[in-house]
Amino acid sequence: MSIVKRLAAAAAGASLAVLAAALPASAAELRIGAFVSATGPASFLGEPEEKTIKHYVEEINKSGGINGDTIKLFIYDDGGDANKARTFATRLIEEDKVVAVVGGSTTGTTMAAVPVFEDAQVPFISLAGAVVIVEPVKKFTFKTPHTDRMACEKIFDDMKKRGLTKIGMISGTDGFGKSMRDECVKVNAKFGVEILGEETYGPRDSDMTAQLTNLKGKAGMQALINPGFGQGPAIVTRNAKQLGINVPLYQSHGVASKSFIDLAGDAAEGVRLPAAALLVADKLADSDPQKKIALGYKTTYEKVTGQPVSTFGGHAYDGLMILVEAMKRAKGADPKKIRDEIEATKGFIGTAGIFNMSATDHMGLGLDAFRMLEIRKGDWTLADAK
Amino acid sequence: MGDLLQFAVSGLTVGSVYALVALGFTLIYNASEVVNFAQGEFVMIGGMATVFLYALGLPLPVAALLAVVLAVVVGLMLHTFVIAPARGADAVTLIILTIGASLVIRGAVPILYDKQFHKLPGFSGEDPIRLFGAAIQPQAFWVIGGMILVVLALHFFLNHTRFGRAVIATSVSPMAAKLVGINTALVVGFSFAVSAGVGALAGILVTPVTLTSYDVGTILALKGFAAAVLGGIGSPVGAVLGGLLVGMLEALSAGLISSSYKDAAAFITIILVLLVMPNGLAGLKHIERV
Repeated sequence: MSIVKRLAAAAAGASLAVLAAALPASAAELRIGAFVSATGPASFLGEPEEKTIKHYVEEINKSGGINGDTIKLFIYDDGGDANKARTFATRLIEEDKVVAVVGGSTTGTTMAAVPVFEDAQVPFISLAGAVVIVEPVKKFTFKTPHTDRMACEKIFDDMKKRGLTKIGMISGTDGFGKSMRDECVKVNAKFGVEILGEETYGPRDSDMTAQLTNLKGKAGMQALINPGFGQGPAIVTRNAKQLGINVPLYQSHGVASKSFIDLAGDAAEGVRLPAAALLVADKLADSDPQKKIALGYKTTYEKVTGQPVSTFGGHAYDGLMILVEAMKRAKGADPKKIRDEIEATKGFIGTAGIFNMSATDHMGLGLDAFRMLEIRKGDWTLADAK
Repeated sequence: MGDLLQFAVSGLTVGSVYALVALGFTLIYNASEVVNFAQGEFVMIGGMATVFLYALGLPLPVAALLAVVLAVVVGLMLHTFVIAPARGADAVTLIILTIGASLVIRGAVPILYDKQFHKLPGFSGEDPIRLFGAAIQPQAFWVIGGMILVVLALHFFLNHTRFGRAVIATSVSPMAAKLVGINTALVVGFSFAVSAGVGALAGILVTPVTLTSYDVGTILALKGFAAAVLGGIGSPVGAVLGGLLVGMLEALSAGLISSSYKDAAAFITIILVLLVMPNGLAGLKHIERV
């Protein structure tokens, strides 16, 4: 072998080595963390969230990543357990060294993890409902779902429009039901709605006729509101029909899924509830700015998973996309810059509504993000179509 | 009056399910001194398997029958592969084994089927029957009637058949029963099968009212156990009384006191009853003998 050839080979090897070393620099890896409750009692939230996040990260990477950088996703299943959520949050920060986090399916898991991210100064977009997550504003914590207070306001607003001012309330004692109930009793007076009587039921209760009988006995009750999620609201709806309670029944966004209609059966007819546009994507007017996004997500999700779309997966979509947009603008992996850009989100059209974040509003949704739906013939219809 | 009847019927319906679960606890406890915490899972299997088979297009009675058969098979497997090999272990070990088995069963359902809640149609329609100002779901009569039939059938079987007497003999003294030639292993296996069948039946009857999902068994096992203890564990009559009483206490305290404290009210009453009658409601005879 001649000296020239050997030199050429060495040079080729060296340049390869240089190339290899240079590659990660030109296409860096952006580490994003996620923790959801994919199993356990809140799996109906976490499962669609997990599927959504995994699918869209893959899709973003396929189409060139963020400014050419690929996303490396670290995703954990906390099983709905707040302690586990905190452990995973710590792991995301200390071991996986992520620059931003999307996750926290329930208010419980979210609130357990918030201090970890605030201490580490890593932006965190929560997928849980309660107002306490963003109120008071925590510097690094954001959220995408509507709050329970907004749900109460939307319902009371609708009641006011229909002239229903004296109502009964039956709520679940689970975290969601309790939190929404507490918000509702704070804002009802603002809408001139008077709560005549209140009842509760446990998350695993299977019969609410006793509580509803008491409410039925309240003279002058014009409507019934039921903050809660899971199977409870379906049983309340069935029991209300059984007892012949004929006043309008309002459910919360917590049961905004087809399975509620299936479980409640005929009794669901006429039930109203506030929900994201996603649920009625195909019924939105073509001029509706959310139609394209909502329908696009719905089609993709149903094609990828073979399951009907739920608003919960939509919240994960919104969270991930807000983060991705912010990271595009931040041009790099500096958590603080990413945080500033998330806060600067304006006019982002998501499945839950149009997001306008600010230093004082880390959710960025207005009351118009909720649509009032009414169940007619086993399907959703828009009740406030103008 | 109408309100009170409403509370009572709702209490009796839920109480009937507790009663059947408590009865399952009692049967197994009597035959083998095992407190079977997988008892609630039989109820779940009954409901879920019926939902599954019914969704496949089978007629409801066939689906229900197959679900009971499935639960019985699971009950026999529980006995053969979990309890029998641990023969002679102490009570705590056996309880832990049954808890483990219940976790396995509960974990298997979401993998085999799903985690959603499901319903069944009411057996005789869903139009409520108005009675003295109360609105009663027709299914409530099925649940309460089914419970009464099961209790009568078991009573007849235990007291008036040869094999039934062998079961009673085994519960009184396994050693003596063995000495007179009773196959006690068969009796224990049989009690698991019957408990599973009774539990599954309860699950099928109540699903149109309460809905079902893979994890309904846990709370039923707890309430059923409380009912069995309240009735005096080991007494079938006590189990039924205890179950009905727990159901009634829940419904009445939800209706008359406060729905927020209904579980507390029910359990405080149970504690008070047990303080006065440490052997449970039906254990009273026992005290007299002493």
